[in-house]
Amino acid sequence: MHFIYTFLLMFGFWIILSGKFDLFHLTLGVISSGLVALLSHDLLFKDRTQKNRLVEVSRFVQYIPWIMGEIVKATLHVVYLALHPRMKDLIDPKIIRFRTKLKSKVGRVAFANSITLTPGTITIRIVDDEYHVHALSRKVADGLPGEMEERLHRVFRED
Amino acid sequence: MNDFFLAVGIGLCLLITLTLYRVILGPTVIDRIMGVNIIGTKTTILLIVIGIIYRRVDMFVDIALAYALLNFITTIAASRYFQRHKNLSPLGFGFRYKKEAGK
Amino acid sequence: MIDMLTIILILTGYFFFFATTIGVLRFPDFYARMHAAGKGDILASLLMLTGLALYNLHHFSVNQLLVSLKIMLIVMFIFLASPTATHAILDAGYESGVHPWTKEKKTEDKRE
Repeated sequence: MHFIYTFLLMFGFWIILSGKFDLFHLTLGVISSGLVALLSHDLLFKDRTQKNRLVEVSRFVQYIPWIMGEIVKATLHVVYLALHPRMKDLIDPKIIRFRTKLKSKVGRVAFANSITLTPGTITIRIVDDEYHVHALSRKVADGLPGEMEERLHRVFRED
Repeated sequence: MNDFFLAVGIGLCLLITLTLYRVILGPTVIDRIMGVNIIGTKTTILLIVIGIIYRRVDMFVDIALAYALLNFITTIAASRYFQRHKNLSPLGFGFRYKKEAGK
Repeated sequence: MIDMLTIILILTGYFFFFATTIGVLRFPDFYARMHAAGKGDILASLLMLTGLALYNLHHFSVNQLLVSLKIMLIVMFIFLASPTATHAILDAGYESGVHPWTKEKKTEDKRE
């Protein structure tokens, strides 16, 4: 199963990058992506549990529009701060720590990247289940972990 | 339309020059790595703009893709290397809080 | 029509790049600069590269479509790589002891 997923990914990549559709180049693509998939199919999908990944992926796709809205809000926030003449009065940076309830590794990585993409906060590091987050003001620091963790918990829940 | 892309390219070069201030004078090494990362992202876009100006996008897009990959790897390698070096800058305002015991 | 859309997308992206650069020059410490660098780059490069890919589809052909797909591949790669690079640089700074700028700390330093 992992082999087929890796093979399809590599072959799609080959088609986009080569851009030629005659028999010779397609055969070369099948051979080389099959070889790469054979060598590295246990690297890309590390986790060996027999869960249905497709449900998780579909729920994650539903999460994407919300995170796009957050990216736009975050950029506008940074732009407002950067162009404000009295910027140093507005910001009050602080490093905070909190624990998460997310269990899976992919969920934690997605949560860390989502924190980076939301207004006023960036993740510095994760030690086991403790997050170190740099926040630009007290107000956004109090808002963590908040709504986003609930959403990601729904995406990566165990059922 | 060609003039517009020329203006965008020149504007991107201007922004790269502004970021170069942070690369040259940035107080710590980490600031410089960050500046190089930003310049790399801008260069990726500048390459595609150049490709559109010369009407050879099919060639320049491969270069831009390779540049984006290289930029990422450079950033990761440089930050992993400097992570173990505690001596990023001389003691001064706002840079080092772990003062060495012997001094 | 496509020209208008391209110009709007590219100019918006350029404005975000400009504001981000100003932010990188003006923010007081390394962590705050990283806020500007990490967030502005993603949306700005998304807007500019989408505009360029749209302009590239002007004379439609399979070759041009592939080139636009490659440009969108760069966008996807930046989306994956930029937060990771931000974490890596921040982690390096945190580990090597770059001090965060705070309002209280500043007054303390003045007293010393």
